[in-house]
Amino acid sequence: MQSKRYASVGARCVACGCCLKVCPMGAIDLKYGVKANIDVQKCVGCGRCANECPAGVIEILQRGEK
Amino acid sequence: MPNTAKAKKHWYDYLWIVTPIYLGLGFFNILFAWIGLVFFFLPLILSACGFGKIYCNLYCDRGRFLDLLGKKLHISMNRKTPKWVSSPVFRYGFLIFFLIMFIQMLFNTYLVFSSAKTLSETVKLFWTFNVPWNWAYNGSAAPWVAQFAFGFYSIMLTSTLIGVIFTVLFKPRSWCVFCPMGTMTQLICRIRAPKGEK
Ligand code: SF4
Ligand code: SF4
Ligand code: SF4
Repeated sequence: MQSKRYASVGARCVACGCCLKVCPMGAIDLKYGVKANIDVQKCVGCGRCANECPAGVIEILQRGEK
Repeated sequence: MPNTAKAKKHWYDYLWIVTPIYLGLGFFNILFAWIGLVFFFLPLILSACGFGKIYCNLYCDRGRFLDLLGKKLHISMNRKTPKWVSSPVFRYGFLIFFLIMFIQMLFNTYLVFSSAKTLSETVKLFWTFNVPWNWAYNGSAAPWVAQFAFGFYSIMLTSTLIGVIFTVLFKPRSWCVFCPMGTMTQLICRIRAPKGEK
């Protein structure tokens, strides 16, 4: 079953990769090194990445939002 | 797939040690500061060769060092980094300032090389305060070689200190938000990325 929440990365991502290391689902990749991408299918919305992100650009949203 | 990387330690997990070793060596002999060129060129070369942000993600000693200070030694207040830090104006502004200071350091080296200036055996902290550092140079290299070392070490020590201050005040890796190397490698990646991924 899909989680109710998921993470979304804002445009100001600095591609530091801090979020990658803490995601328990391996849902984040930094393909091309430009911005973190989150696989919303894998994401369980735990918020660890948002807590870790030094730039504060990750938001946890309700599915169906945005 | 769940992330199991945490349990297994890799050799690069220990790279944080490079930061204190580098700064420590430069304390005793400033000529070791030249090694710092690796930390300047390696990230740029890796990004230019298509390895993306692998340097920041895996190999950067400073990122790991700040993480260690913040998470293992708990010196971080772990507060949200202010929004202005991640603004393009601040990030690119700091990069430009950093590069201007870098060029000034190179010019200073040139002045000593051309004997227009004498060697200054000091480390300049925060681009402002000259701290005597004369014990770290015994005259074994040409003055311009030593001048470059003093200048480069000043940049490395200053940026590490700024990093530590940001680690204490905000998130452990908040320096990475405006680190000039991080900004430059992201720019290179942006240039290289296919359209639509920029
Ligand atoms: S919210 Fe949790 S599962 Fe989703 S990307 Fe962030 S760390 Fe991974
Ligand atoms: S931690 Fe934040 S700034 Fe760094 S790559 Fe992840 S989303 Fe981007
Ligand atoms: S942003 Fe700078 S300090 Fe942070 S990991 Fe990258 S190169 Fe290292």
